[in-house]
Amino acid sequence: MAAIADTPVLYVRTAPAEQLLPPPASSGLIGWLRANLFSSFGNTVLTLACAALILWAVPPLLRFLFIDAVWSGPDREVCLASPAHPEPGACWAFVRVWLSYFIYGFYPIPARWRVDVFFAALAFGIGWLAWLSAPRRDLGAVYVFIVLPVLSVVLLYGFPAIGLPAVPTNLWGGVLVTIVVATVGIVASLPIGILLALGRRSELPAVRWLAIGFIEFVRGVPLITVLFMASVMLPLFVPQQIEPDKLLRALIGVALFASAYMAEVVRGGLAAVPRGQYEAARALALTYWPMMGLVILPQALRVTLPNIVNTFIGLFKDTTLVFVIGIFDFLRTIEAARGDPKWATPVTATTGYAFAALFYFVFCYGMSRYARSVEARLSRSDRR
Amino acid sequence: MKGAIKPARHGAQAWRIGLQVLLAAIIGGLIYGAFINAADNLARAHISSGFGFWNNSAGFDISQTLIPYSAGMSTFGRAFWVGLLNTLLVAALGIVLATLLGFAIGIARLSRNWLVARLAGFYVELIRNIPLLLQLLFWYNAVLKSLPELRDSIVLPMGGFLNNRGLFLPRPVFAPDFSAVIAALLVGIVAAIVLQVWARRRRERIGAPTAVGWRIAALLVGPPLAALALAGFPVAFELPRMSRFNVVGGLEILPEFAALVVALSVYTAAFIAEVVRAGILAVAVGQTEAAQALGLRSGTTLRLIVVPQAMRVIVPPLTSQYLNLTKNSSLAVAIGYPDLVQVFAGSVLNITGQAVEVIAITMAVYLTISLFTSLVMSLYGRMSAVVER
Repeated sequence: MAAIADTPVLYVRTAPAEQLLPPPASSGLIGWLRANLFSSFGNTVLTLACAALILWAVPPLLRFLFIDAVWSGPDREVCLASPAHPEPGACWAFVRVWLSYFIYGFYPIPARWRVDVFFAALAFGIGWLAWLSAPRRDLGAVYVFIVLPVLSVVLLYGFPAIGLPAVPTNLWGGVLVTIVVATVGIVASLPIGILLALGRRSELPAVRWLAIGFIEFVRGVPLITVLFMASVMLPLFVPQQIEPDKLLRALIGVALFASAYMAEVVRGGLAAVPRGQYEAARALALTYWPMMGLVILPQALRVTLPNIVNTFIGLFKDTTLVFVIGIFDFLRTIEAARGDPKWATPVTATTGYAFAALFYFVFCYGMSRYARSVEARLSRSDRR
Repeated sequence: MKGAIKPARHGAQAWRIGLQVLLAAIIGGLIYGAFINAADNLARAHISSGFGFWNNSAGFDISQTLIPYSAGMSTFGRAFWVGLLNTLLVAALGIVLATLLGFAIGIARLSRNWLVARLAGFYVELIRNIPLLLQLLFWYNAVLKSLPELRDSIVLPMGGFLNNRGLFLPRPVFAPDFSAVIAALLVGIVAAIVLQVWARRRRERIGAPTAVGWRIAALLVGPPLAALALAGFPVAFELPRMSRFNVVGGLEILPEFAALVVALSVYTAAFIAEVVRAGILAVAVGQTEAAQALGLRSGTTLRLIVVPQAMRVIVPPLTSQYLNLTKNSSLAVAIGYPDLVQVFAGSVLNITGQAVEVIAITMAVYLTISLFTSLVMSLYGRMSAVVER
């Protein structure tokens, strides 16, 4: 009796219970593995299958690209199978030898600094526009859309009066042509696309139907047929004395094609601008063009910038199609170089394509990351 | 028109009409000038115009023909149909494969399994950021052209060969009795549809489902098999034979065809995967939760709640991917697969020199396909629109 009375009976805790760590099976590395890889029998099978796939594909790929690869050498002999080197990997020596051709094509060697200056000027302009908090981006737009085209023509095509000898476009090639086609495509398609998008929303029937007809026509046919049209029909449609340059024809085709797609992107942006903005602009007595230029378009283009970049990615990939009308863009120079008998080996084609894939992937993936970051930034500012 | 922009100043009617007339005049003038120049240039080059060439003898060979065609006997018109059918064949096969692969990868990207989701994401990023033409050249020149030479052909089971000239398979030769099998198959399909409709009506009436899956499968497989047995298996297989310089007979699958189908499917699948992912994510979480609250299992939830709603989001962009695939099949010209563009805008254009007519016909074909598809899509959009109270 006394013993019970001496023992204090407490049913209520006075101090918090000691915190225990979660059981090891549900936290940390093991917990993560269980939740994400081995949560059920089916999941375990899937995980093991994927792991097997990776083990099957990745080591041979690494061996081919790096470990067994040949990094330098004078000709195909180094990339052929030999007793010392039974399974030759990628023939990077071939890419090294041909690299300047891949970049400049047959652009005369003493004039190649002009191409380098063009690349630098272009990179500067793109950086100015793409960096959203750069100073004076309006000046940047003037630079990219007006100064840069003139500068590029003077630099690349030449201007004998100021001591830059003319370089005909059939000598241009490689990355230079790819970049020129893509840049002309975007620089021309943005203004034309804006005009077409405005035309499609215009209340003037003739303007509207012309815009709709053009956009739907171009979007309904493959780029190859547009390029064929520009390449074989354009010379027929102009007076015989004018023989449009082959590259120029391709550029016209690409610009028209890209404009139709850009028009739809801009139209999406215009549709996203609330009606109140139009009404407010009109309440301020703005007429059509000031309203569009000062109120509507700046908002529409800002909203749709990620889509513009995505269109540009598509355009950048599509530049490879000028291949089929005989223009030596980057991919075509790879195709041409791979036929060089001095470098003909079983691995030459794969090496060339791997190099080209790396080039396109770096550019396109970079642009898509940029588009995504802009999108995230826009949705952040919308939430405010 | 909804959202149309009214000008701020009224009373400028005359100016607006004048602007439109001016625009029409400029466009008309350009077209007229182009027409005059084209007539002038064509006359100087002694190229006839008009569509008279359609019935002239073609005189060039085509490596893959689905309908009878011969260089000497057939016309340019026939060549057009051969090219068009080849385009449609590639597009149809590509669409089926790209859909299967694309749905699998799109769903895999949403998997709770980290490795599966990452692998699918890697596939999408890699494939989407490399030009299709480069991928096509890779499949054709680096993969298929590095298959063994004719002499060292890989011998496949059932008498097929695989080498760098293509895949050669046994070709089924159908006896006339085979039509009975097809008839039996059609009867089976009709019966299966009737059974399905009956089962659905019954479910709606009594509220409990009737299991008809096995009966439908039996109806689809049974009658054709029975007809096949009754007719004494009216199918023979013509095996490809290896000769010294060639493989003769059998069903030949050109490497150009295979490369094009593989490249188009792999490329488009990456885009379809993104469409599928976006469609599934677009179904509100509340829908799944509501279904679970009603006691539906996860498989049933997916089938009856998530997929029908996701399809409404998925179908329009999916169709535009199908159209892209069809248009992209024109890249065939780069590896020499005889599609519409290669045969018509390539060979026929080079022989006749009638650029305007040939390009116009080629574009008209693609334009017809596109416009027809968008017509069907707008009907679908109207049918599948959410009916709200």
